[in-house]
Amino acid sequence: MSDKQNNSIAFVATSVIPESPPPARDTGAYKWVRENLFSSIPNSILTLAALALLYSLLSNTLPWMLNGIWTTSSLAECREILQGESGACFSVLTERWNQLLYGFKYPTDQYWRPNLALVLLLIAMAPVLFFDLPRKLLAFTVVYPFLAFWLIWGGTIMVPIVALIGFAVAAVVFQNLGKGSFAAGFFGAIVAALVVWKVGGMLIPEGASESAMLSPVPSRDLGGFMLNMMLGVTCVSLSVPLGIALALGRQSSMPLIKWICVVFIEFVRGVPLITLLFVASVMLSYFFPPDATVDLFLRVVIMITLFSAAYIAEVIRGGLAALPKGQYEAADSLGLDYPQAMRLIILPQALKISIPGIVNVAVGLFKDTTLVSVISMFDMVGMIRGPILASTEWNGVYWELLGFAAALFFVVCYGISQYSQWLERRLATGHR
Amino acid sequence: MKNTVILGALTIAGLSAGAAAAGTLDDVKARGKLNCGVTTGLVGFAAPNASGEWEGFDVAVCRAVAAAVLGDSNAVEFVPTTGKTRFTALASGEIDMLARNTTWTFSRDVDLKFEFTGVNYYDGQGFMVPKELGVSSAKELDGATVCIQTGTTTELNLADFFRSNNISYEPVPIETNAEAQQQYLAGACDVYTTDASGLAATRATFESPDAHTLLPEIISKEPLGPLVRHGDHAWGDVVRWTLNALISAEELGVTSANIGEMAAGTTNPEINRLLGSEGTLGEMLGLSADWGKNAIAAGGNYGEVFADNIGEATPIGLARGLNAQWTKGGLLYSPPFR
Repeated sequence: MSDKQNNSIAFVATSVIPESPPPARDTGAYKWVRENLFSSIPNSILTLAALALLYSLLSNTLPWMLNGIWTTSSLAECREILQGESGACFSVLTERWNQLLYGFKYPTDQYWRPNLALVLLLIAMAPVLFFDLPRKLLAFTVVYPFLAFWLIWGGTIMVPIVALIGFAVAAVVFQNLGKGSFAAGFFGAIVAALVVWKVGGMLIPEGASESAMLSPVPSRDLGGFMLNMMLGVTCVSLSVPLGIALALGRQSSMPLIKWICVVFIEFVRGVPLITLLFVASVMLSYFFPPDATVDLFLRVVIMITLFSAAYIAEVIRGGLAALPKGQYEAADSLGLDYPQAMRLIILPQALKISIPGIVNVAVGLFKDTTLVSVISMFDMVGMIRGPILASTEWNGVYWELLGFAAALFFVVCYGISQYSQWLERRLATGHR
Repeated sequence: MKNTVILGALTIAGLSAGAAAAGTLDDVKARGKLNCGVTTGLVGFAAPNASGEWEGFDVAVCRAVAAAVLGDSNAVEFVPTTGKTRFTALASGEIDMLARNTTWTFSRDVDLKFEFTGVNYYDGQGFMVPKELGVSSAKELDGATVCIQTGTTTELNLADFFRSNNISYEPVPIETNAEAQQQYLAGACDVYTTDASGLAATRATFESPDAHTLLPEIISKEPLGPLVRHGDHAWGDVVRWTLNALISAEELGVTSANIGEMAAGTTNPEINRLLGSEGTLGEMLGLSADWGKNAIAAGGNYGEVFADNIGEATPIGLARGLNAQWTKGGLLYSPPFR
């Protein structure tokens, strides 16, 4: 620096002023709080009100939860220990833990069977849900329903094997005959499966179930959260394909198929689920002879599946309607026949659009499985409302039990909705 | 059965088992199991315990009938029913008998085509109010909100009572006893009304039972008893006389403790006939000679069953009241075993 230039110019900065930190009120947490919580007077009021509400909620529930008692054997003992202080009686959860999860009649020494079925379920679902996984895993998914049936219900392994063979034969017949005409393949497959099941059923020796490796468990003995999970998983996985078929049927140009689908969808959507369940549990037993009633679990699965299939069909129809007509025409102009066009062009796009709707129905369906408690099946809510609250030890415990049920359902439903959001991001192809 | 259904042979199963019109007694014997309808859970009357076994006052009737017919008090398939499904379950043949604290009324007996086989508990509808309400009689309940279970006789009794006393009320319909308890404690209704036995059981579970009082009025007759389908009298007789055997046993002093000794023969001919060491009563019913002995041995006589499940030593703490033997001022009166 030289002094010569001092005369010509009064002042010039010769170096960059060092960066100074922003003012305290514009940085960090302070800024965030000011901008997000106290940006204006109404906002400030709302913030304070929300804080007060949070405080009153937590100050009431936290002591109750932290004071909770986990080891007594009845509500009276809980109250004795608490001596009038606020505190939860979580002992009901520990004492009736197995009943909440498995119902009260599933054999205690067999709990590993549903547990194993649940673990295998996760493995079987993985390749369906995450399609980046190797496709070979799908083979296990195909076998899983039969395996799970055998694990949970027990009895002779011949039953699921015969059922599996029946489906396999049907698939082979469909592959061969279906090339010529769809109808021939379709009906041929049904007949082939029925023949296999009939013949296979005769081959299973009488009383095979009693001497089987896994002791048989009748459907009436299923219960607890296990029953909710079983109903939810079975009904969702059955109703999605059925819903797709109904949605396509409704758009069909063949009047008979179209009208069958329309009438079915409109009828089922016009009836409350609970009436369908009552029909399944009460009315159907009038139609069958006393000793030949269809298994109650199966009846309920059929009713819930039909119900949600009708809803899913409408969701998918929305997806189909959202596709530009050009997509259909493009498929035609490529010379694709109907199944190819649907499989390769229309459905992938329509289903992608429908994901939020389908997940919505699936979450609702899972929660609706608790309705079976009104037809005296002991699902989780049924267990709580019936046997547990009616026992002399636990009569009067509500918040703990129902809160636990709510927490379990929340975990599952939140998981489903997170998955669907991931799926939407994964499938996003940038039409914006 | 399930296997054939799973295998899709649904229609075939439906056709093959068409002729199931033999008597219920023969069906039960052939099946080796009694299908007994019970409630999905009512304190003291029927509920599964922590190890999953059903127990309770109504359950004891099922077990006694199973013991009388099959000689095994555990040969019972308990079919839980709700207030709405109980009658269809019985009418459709899904269950052989219903022991679900069901009130014996004219229309249920005549119009719904059931046969009540006796009364195992004489109940009546009462009211419970918080003490701080300061009410001492049900007639002072003008304008009160009342928690009431839907689909029961109590609902109709309530309407009758308020109309005949020319006072008004506002019903709060609820589904189960558990829900009623919570609503009542939360203050959603001023009054909870149901059978007096249920009120006593409910009050016993409150944190402070003394803060609630049962009003003196009992506004209805609720004879609760087991029932079977109309028309199958042989089966109806079995259930009726099994219940009578329990009641007679108490009157005659036969208990589960001394029954082994008494069955060998006593000086009282009626006890001998009841326990099968004399006469052919079992044969007339189509049962073995020791049917009465088995029924009583299952859970004890009526008094023992009462004391074990709902009596004063239990948390429910019901007094015998109307349900004492006729010799002690109650209404229990079994026809003679002769």
